[in-house]
Amino acid sequence: MKNPITGLNKIFDNRIRLGVMSILMVNEEISFNDLKQMLEVTDGNLATHLVNLEENGYIKVHKGFIGRKTNTTYSITKAGEKAFADHISALEQMIRGMK
Amino acid sequence: MNEQNQSLETLQDIKRIMERSSRFISLSGLSGIAAGICALVGAYFARQTLNNYYIAFRNDGYRAPAFRELENSLIVIALAVLAAALVTAFFFTWRKAKQDQQPVWNSTSRRLTVNMLIPLVSGGIFILTMLQYNEWRFVAPASLIFYGMALIHASKYTVTDIRYLGYCEIIIGLLNTQWVGKGLYFWALGFGVLHIIYGVIMWVKYERN
Repeated sequence: MKNPITGLNKIFDNRIRLGVMSILMVNEEISFNDLKQMLEVTDGNLATHLVNLEENGYIKVHKGFIGRKTNTTYSITKAGEKAFADHISALEQMIRGMK
Repeated sequence: MNEQNQSLETLQDIKRIMERSSRFISLSGLSGIAAGICALVGAYFARQTLNNYYIAFRNDGYRAPAFRELENSLIVIALAVLAAALVTAFFFTWRKAKQDQQPVWNSTSRRLTVNMLIPLVSGGIFILTMLQYNEWRFVAPASLIFYGMALIHASKYTVTDIRYLGYCEIIIGLLNTQWVGKGLYFWALGFGVLHIIYGVIMWVKYERN
């Protein structure tokens, strides 16, 4: 998953996936609709990226109901937190390393 | 150099999205100014009502119906000020959210509202129970102190500057306890003047283009 040269996580190359992770780092739990609103993306596009993150074990999905409507919420996993922190460190390294 | 810039941009993007997703930042300075003006107008009417009561008191002495009427008028003024302040404050924030192309009601504003309301409603109930026991002296200090605590608590969910407004409200509320007869002036200072000053600072800092 990691690029051996830069240490950057390839999964986070994508703007939307990086956005989802950034939001989940500071919000315990967040709904699909809120994510959609904050990232300004379409349903299908967001869903694809969320599945990708879930398959990599970076996020957890909770399916619930508000009345009869489904309310799917997402939260970050320990592995997700670590991967994100590593990615940030790699970004920092790149900025520092090339002075 | 290019890669370096790219990394920096990515980090800034991350920071921005973290802020935007966890804080409601469309709170407008104009909301503060509007709420402050409502409070000052309300304080003026309250002062008039009290003056009229004291003139009658000097002429006729204590009369229970006149006192009850005074209580009722003051409560009506307080409720009117609260309603006017909420409506105008909401209007300017709604307008700013629209300008920012942000929804006014989302997870961040929901969280802000809930966290603001917890100390505020507790304070409101506490003040009502003071009135229940005919304890008028600490209404103004208690409302200032509880409001200050609500602002400090809310500052985690919106622009952090609001915390300083909270500190000032608490200080004014505590000072008020030493001059309990002057509640209305402290109240006008805390809810009127401070809101206007805060609103102007916020407007100059974030909104003036």
